[in-house]
Amino acid sequence: MGRKILFITTDQQRYDTVGANGGLLSRTPVLDRLADEGIRYERCQPTSVVCMPSRASMLTGQFPTTHGAWMNGVPLAVDAPSVAESLHDAGYATALIGKAHFEPFMDPFGRFAENSLANLGVPTVEQPWFDGRRGVHRGFDHLELATHGVMGPLHYAKWMHEHHPEAIDGFYSVVDSDLNVNAARGGDTDAPQVKVNPVPREWYHTDWVADRTISWLKQQSHEQDWFCWMSFPDPHHPWDPPRSEIGRVPWRDVPLPANYPETSAEREALLDAKARHWRAWYDGRVVSNYEAPAHWIPATLTANQVREVNALNAVEVELIDEAIGRVLKAVSAKGWGDDVDVIFTSDHGELQGDFGLLFKGPYHVDGLLRLPLIWRPALSSKPEPSVVHAPVSLVSLAATFLDVAGQPAPAWVEGSVLPLNDDDAHARSFSSTVTEWDSALFGVDVHVRSVVTSDYLYTEYLPGTMHDGSEGELYDLSDDPLQRVNRFDDPAMTNVRATLSEGLRAHEDRPGERATPGVLMAPV
Amino acid sequence: MASLRYERRIAASADAVWDVMCRPESIPDWFPGVVSCSVVGKSRTIVTASGLEMPEEILTIDPLLRRFAYRITAPAYRFHLGLIDVIAIGPRDSLCIYSTTAEPDALALIIAGGTLGALEEIRRLAETSGKE
Repeated sequence: MGRKILFITTDQQRYDTVGANGGLLSRTPVLDRLADEGIRYERCQPTSVVCMPSRASMLTGQFPTTHGAWMNGVPLAVDAPSVAESLHDAGYATALIGKAHFEPFMDPFGRFAENSLANLGVPTVEQPWFDGRRGVHRGFDHLELATHGVMGPLHYAKWMHEHHPEAIDGFYSVVDSDLNVNAARGGDTDAPQVKVNPVPREWYHTDWVADRTISWLKQQSHEQDWFCWMSFPDPHHPWDPPRSEIGRVPWRDVPLPANYPETSAEREALLDAKARHWRAWYDGRVVSNYEAPAHWIPATLTANQVREVNALNAVEVELIDEAIGRVLKAVSAKGWGDDVDVIFTSDHGELQGDFGLLFKGPYHVDGLLRLPLIWRPALSSKPEPSVVHAPVSLVSLAATFLDVAGQPAPAWVEGSVLPLNDDDAHARSFSSTVTEWDSALFGVDVHVRSVVTSDYLYTEYLPGTMHDGSEGELYDLSDDPLQRVNRFDDPAMTNVRATLSEGLRAHEDRPGERATPGVLMAPV
Repeated sequence: MASLRYERRIAASADAVWDVMCRPESIPDWFPGVVSCSVVGKSRTIVTASGLEMPEEILTIDPLLRRFAYRITAPAYRFHLGLIDVIAIGPRDSLCIYSTTAEPDALALIIAGGTLGALEEIRRLAETSGKE
């Protein structure tokens, strides 16, 4: 019997929402304990700040420019490499419960397996694998899927419609009648993507994901090794947690984020110092990407709306923490308490009021780039608790899972096993990570590359419809942790900029085979 | 309104390509995810693999131009125009172009995403039809 792996992801959760990371709004005792017992990463970056490319990187261990799912709406090739396939080959039972999103949600023709499983009533389907064999879909024996609401063909929506149809209308409608991300307002402050949801807590998707995970775990024999990806759709918007829970964090008591500029003059000055698309979005002149509501203008965001959104976000984070606690209890009840590696992270962050903005897009700052990452190795391996300050990336997850399982990393994996501590990080040259952005939607093309080191966050904007290739951002993380002072054009930073730019060139020129970039099939 | 166009070069005569897709009732054969359809006069209703019914109006079936035009008339669409053009390049060489124009924009993207698979299937069927 080897080490089992519980891989827990959330969607769109910032680093600073976890108590162990200094977060004060939400109480996260379960995550905090995992961090105390294991390894907490101070600076973890995604490969992309939107769901599909980032999640595909977790599965493949590759950057988006390698795996080919370069923006939301571009499906990951069904025969792309998958760490779940490798673990399946190693004898692991494999499950993904919750949000997958390797394939577009908007799929009226039912062409993608993720969208067909619930209707087919089967746990998985056979598909081609990377190495030419055929096997279970992306290596998972069992998939039970959910997303942010109750519409669509996934398991959670089907379950809600079958068992609790009276609760459907309580949820916020994620998209509007034009299938754009909805700008409809709600709550006490008329905030976008906010709604008071009367759904009982036990029917909400957070508890559903935990319930279904526990159910799957109970079916495994004690000796069976397993890899379970438990993937919560929250705290991604809409912010519509169960009404019974919203009193946990009264929004009027929520302080404004450190990076929320309270006056419009301050906001605009900060945005004007960044690349031009920041201010264009803020003013409502351009919505560069589908993930932000098409009919919402960030300049209209009020301080109280930021407070209410952050309060509801914190409630959702607390519900997730409690759901994880229930699952860990079930793991212990099966006698696996010492034999399970638990890895917790999110696919990308959320601006949550930083610079007067909400949601996400091609804005590579800590709100979107800096993620919670906690690895509590199996207690039987006698882990030494540590905090890793070196920059690491979600691209390392696949290699890490395989290492836990005692398997060598295949050639297609681009990331190295996560470091156990700073000495390990130093010895294995964990010194920088890269985040990519590419989008091309309705005539707006944006292409961004960022590199983060312990000292700097450096971004280059490649030529597109918004940028001519000459723009960029450079932040000195040691004296400007909120990334307010863009030093891209500062002559004193010429050498720093050249070194970081070389890092990006090295990333572009990295060896290895690249998949043909996929084709955009849907907005998301 | 958004307009998207995809095309495939096909190693078959334009007539062979046209034969694959010119009959309104043939769409389940070449559009992946369309599982059935009914045709009454100029009205066609397709049923997708997800169970969605989409009413359509056939606008043009022109064998000389080798142009097939139709409109999705489902309420979600403020406008839709689908055009399939087959252009002869050589005796066994043709170009099939599938254009989607729609409002709201998101629907253009979703339908056009489906047309990619349709073009691939039209190509496969035409190249294996044995027709000159």
